[in-house]
Amino acid sequence: MTAETSKHLFGSGHTACAGCGQAIAARLVVDVTGKNTIIANNTGCLEVFSTKYPESAWGVPWIHSLFENAAAVASGVEAALKYLGTKDKITVISQAGDGGTADIGLQALSGMWERGHDILSVCYDNEAYMNTGIQRSGLTPFDTNTSTTPIGSQSAGNPRPKKPMPEIAVAHGLVYVATASVGYPRDIENKVKKAVSIKGPKYIQIHVPCPLGWRHDPQITYDIGKLAVETGLYPLIEYEYGKLTGVRKLSKIKPVEEYLKFQGRFKHILSSPEQIKQIQAIADSNIERYGLKVESVSAPQDKEAGPL
Amino acid sequence: MFGPIISKAITTRANKTGSWRVDSKPKFLQKDCIACKMCVLICPEACVTGEGKNTYICDYEFCKGCGNCAAICPKKDIIMVKEETQ
Repeated sequence: MTAETSKHLFGSGHTACAGCGQAIAARLVVDVTGKNTIIANNTGCLEVFSTKYPESAWGVPWIHSLFENAAAVASGVEAALKYLGTKDKITVISQAGDGGTADIGLQALSGMWERGHDILSVCYDNEAYMNTGIQRSGLTPFDTNTSTTPIGSQSAGNPRPKKPMPEIAVAHGLVYVATASVGYPRDIENKVKKAVSIKGPKYIQIHVPCPLGWRHDPQITYDIGKLAVETGLYPLIEYEYGKLTGVRKLSKIKPVEEYLKFQGRFKHILSSPEQIKQIQAIADSNIERYGLKVESVSAPQDKEAGPL
Repeated sequence: MFGPIISKAITTRANKTGSWRVDSKPKFLQKDCIACKMCVLICPEACVTGEGKNTYICDYEFCKGCGNCAAICPKKDIIMVKEETQ
């Protein structure tokens, strides 16, 4: 390890696909929390590509036990640190993919939140079980072509909308809940910084494009992440103590086709205006619900910044 | 096998993933760089380094050639070139 590379706590040489959004987000999170961090990781792509035995990409203590119990393991780590009296100096993270958070790991996560552990939960949301071959998860969006919701004469892909994980987290009474996207790396840094500054259970859900599962060009991982936000399909929001306190406003909202057309998983609906209309309706309801649109051009509140 | 399996920190550097590149690699022109560090932030391989304007460079031993640094650069100071050329 040279001096130059030691700046990152998530090192080179991991075995993620080229253009992996999860690798970007994982490094951003751990670099912000710093070397005094302990991570518990659910099974998933991140666990597999970052810790190919006997190697590890992590520069901090990192533990993997099972698919469903990272939150329980993190709870134990946090309780032990409290007993030792060093909890104030050390950040504990429980992280997982979307399957490990919203489906398989939800009971352990719910327990951790309910017990009020001072832990940051991070969900890397790539919208399907990418590690095992792109099976549908609870966070897979409507009309997605996955291996368990294939398209055909009777099916236009996943029939269910995304599970509202941020709202489930808010309902647990978390001190801080936020969504972020790889399309806005500085925003991820700011939100993680803010989250670790608050004591109590926190949840951040990061949208991470997956070139393999979403079937897009690896070069546009960043652009895809940005387009999901700009079309209103992935609103960037923040809740503090149950109240919606931050929304990334959009001066120009793009039609959803702009986001869908680059991805193989949505290729089948591009020729079907009826399906696009339904997806546009999801975006419109997000825009209205969170007030994503800048009301007046003269006084934008949370103005869209440059290449963040 | 019983008991925990432990690996040393950042030992994945043994995998020289640069061999994964298929046809193109990024070229850091170092002309109009404004040191915004967006290439460092976006690189999935954590292999872009530099400090200050026109100093950023990537480690071709690890770069998988995904091209996100070229996509994010606001000054278009990073371009993708064919693997054989300099």
